[in-house]
Amino acid sequence: MSTHVLSLLVEDKPGLLTRVAGLFARRGFNIESLAVGKTEVEGLSRITVVVDVEDLPLEQVTKQLNKLINVIKIVELEPSQSVQREHLLIKVRVDNQTRSQVLEAVNLFRARVVDVATDSLVIEVTGDSGKTGALLRVLEPFGIRELAQSGLLAIGRGSKSVTDRVLKS
Amino acid sequence: MTTDPRPVPAPRPVPAPPASARRPERITGSAAILRTLEMLGVTDVFGLPGGAVIPLYDELMAQSAVRHILVRHEQGAGHAAEGYAAASGKVGVAVATSGPGATNLVTAIADAYMDSVPLLAITGQVFSTLMGTDAFQEADIVGITMPVTKHSFLVKTAEEIPSAIAAAYHIASTGRPGPVLVDITKDAQQNTLEFSWPPAVELPGYRPVTRAHGKQVQAAAQLLAEAKRPVLYVGGGVIRAKASQALFQLAEATGAPVVTTLMARGAFPDSHPHHLGMPGMHGSVPAVLALQESDLIVALGARFDDRVTGKVSEFAPDAKVVHVDVDPAEISKIRVADVPIVGDLAEVLPDLTAAYREAAAQAAPELSDWWTRLGGLRHEFPLGFAPTSDGLLAPQQVIRRIGELTGPDGVYVAGVGQHQMWAAQFISYERPNSWLNSGGAGTMGYSVPAAMGAKVAEPDRVVWSIDGDGCFQMTNQELATCVINDIPIKVAIINNSSLGMVKQWQALFYEGRFSQTELHTGAGSKQVPDFVKLAEAYGALGIRVTKEEEVDDAIRLALETNDRPVVIDFVVSSDAMVWPMVPQGVSNSYVQYARDHSPAWGEE
Repeated sequence: MSTHVLSLLVEDKPGLLTRVAGLFARRGFNIESLAVGKTEVEGLSRITVVVDVEDLPLEQVTKQLNKLINVIKIVELEPSQSVQREHLLIKVRVDNQTRSQVLEAVNLFRARVVDVATDSLVIEVTGDSGKTGALLRVLEPFGIRELAQSGLLAIGRGSKSVTDRVLKS
Repeated sequence: MTTDPRPVPAPRPVPAPPASARRPERITGSAAILRTLEMLGVTDVFGLPGGAVIPLYDELMAQSAVRHILVRHEQGAGHAAEGYAAASGKVGVAVATSGPGATNLVTAIADAYMDSVPLLAITGQVFSTLMGTDAFQEADIVGITMPVTKHSFLVKTAEEIPSAIAAAYHIASTGRPGPVLVDITKDAQQNTLEFSWPPAVELPGYRPVTRAHGKQVQAAAQLLAEAKRPVLYVGGGVIRAKASQALFQLAEATGAPVVTTLMARGAFPDSHPHHLGMPGMHGSVPAVLALQESDLIVALGARFDDRVTGKVSEFAPDAKVVHVDVDPAEISKIRVADVPIVGDLAEVLPDLTAAYREAAAQAAPELSDWWTRLGGLRHEFPLGFAPTSDGLLAPQQVIRRIGELTGPDGVYVAGVGQHQMWAAQFISYERPNSWLNSGGAGTMGYSVPAAMGAKVAEPDRVVWSIDGDGCFQMTNQELATCVINDIPIKVAIINNSSLGMVKQWQALFYEGRFSQTELHTGAGSKQVPDFVKLAEAYGALGIRVTKEEEVDDAIRLALETNDRPVVIDFVVSSDAMVWPMVPQGVSNSYVQYARDHSPAWGEE
């Protein structure tokens, strides 16, 4: 299997997410991560979805998604041609001995502490999955009490925009 | 199919708008539903009222443009709309109320999805203020049907009604046709709006490709010109695209053999010498082996269904594939295409024929060896059937006589099972839209209501429902609709007293353990129900046929009777099986001509 990042430009209509998610489930494709939000164009949303499939099934996923009436455009974002980020909130167990070690790791990874309690810290980190994974491995020995993770966000490098051609028509 | 790729609201048959529609006018949402249907050219709808559509049914009485046929069960409305669409090529419309009314439509919607039938389903929904509260007769029908609709709309305000229905109609009828659902709340029906025509329809994400890539067409033509063993593998898409004539030109130009799938029977004349019959699990031996041995398959609006390919990894191992379809997702879904062509067959086929003539001008292909092989198969393995062992009627013979006495102008609508396969095999189809059946979904109960819909669409044609005793018992309530509304269909019940196809599999693959397949309707049984009495109870003409010498007279009497529906109970042998057969999960090379009888293989 190989991981692919798809960016879907969609009409912001009720039930849209159900249509997309349902299609993946129905056709037997696993969603690894999903992120949905508005775009710079009113009425258009963007879904960034990470799927783990071979090339041929990927083609089938893309074609089936394209058949959804509210899906306007799909692009696959190659890692080298795009910026890809995920966002994590990590609650780590600390005490007087470990706090400084955890803070050191936070600094090394250019993460931030966003909540402090006597026995825990909430750490916010943004990065690609390599970086966030590495931070998690470093924090693991201290005790991760809770983890909230966004879906992957991705955008193409350079001045081109996925909404360009859509806006013209 | 429309050739305009832009998202436009204009339906195909654009009737001149009556003067009243040109200036905005304040009407109820319900009236707007009917007015929109009228403007789209819809003349007939099938439905059944209920709480959430009473406003719509009230407005129905105030107009005459749209004829409403009151069914006895919403599933009947759905299949009737399908039959209407499949027989005429127009959009079929079904109406149901919220909750159970809507869920009763689901089977027909799923059926239309599998067979690409242009179906517009309009359902009532509870008041928008009550939605999400588990209100009386509330069901999330948009959610329920999402996997089996091409698209759906939930309409909560009166203002949205014209554009939603116009968009639904456009989506249902263009590109790859399919079912579209419009769910309209009761308050949207009751409130008023300024109606003007045409409404603004914006579908930025919907642009079906119609015209194919010239280079791809040339590449396909080149392969056709070079092929030694080509086959035109014709699917139902040719019929939906209204491209039969264009297919005829291509077949004549190339001299290639043609096979027509279950969904494509009639897309190419059975009488044509190039026609090898139906491929697939119960296909003719020449059609099955032609595909299997070919070096080039030109798939036209066909989708490599598992019932056609058998074991996919061993299907047509030496064949290159040209795949033409209006739906890009069908191409390379099952079998990778060497030359993929996305486009409307009505446009692609003439282009392909022209490109082929050019490519073949240099070196015309030599197909005589191929035809010698196919001719041999045709001679050795003609379609046929064995006499019955119990002396009862042979179902194949009954069906063959119905086709022979009625002729190619008739419409034949099958249920699902053995009788469906025999009707596909033993009736000669000469024109598109003359054969209707539930191919993809395999919906028992399709036949009677679909035949009713076909007869409404094509009142001048003889419409036969060729049904099984099992299927008939699922939807025969629509005989009431037929009698009351003067829709004189003819029903031939091929009564073998059992769920015959399941019984056949039990006989062949489950050591004759006939679990729950005896229906007690036929010879030597309690005959529950008595189909002749049932027909009479509905006011139809009921006839029972048990002997071969009665067959023709009964069919003739049915053909002469047009003042009411006719039901013939053909009491046939339950031993008859559908042959040839490719057992499930094996290569098509193992096609069996009859029980334990496979074609001699290595003699090629």
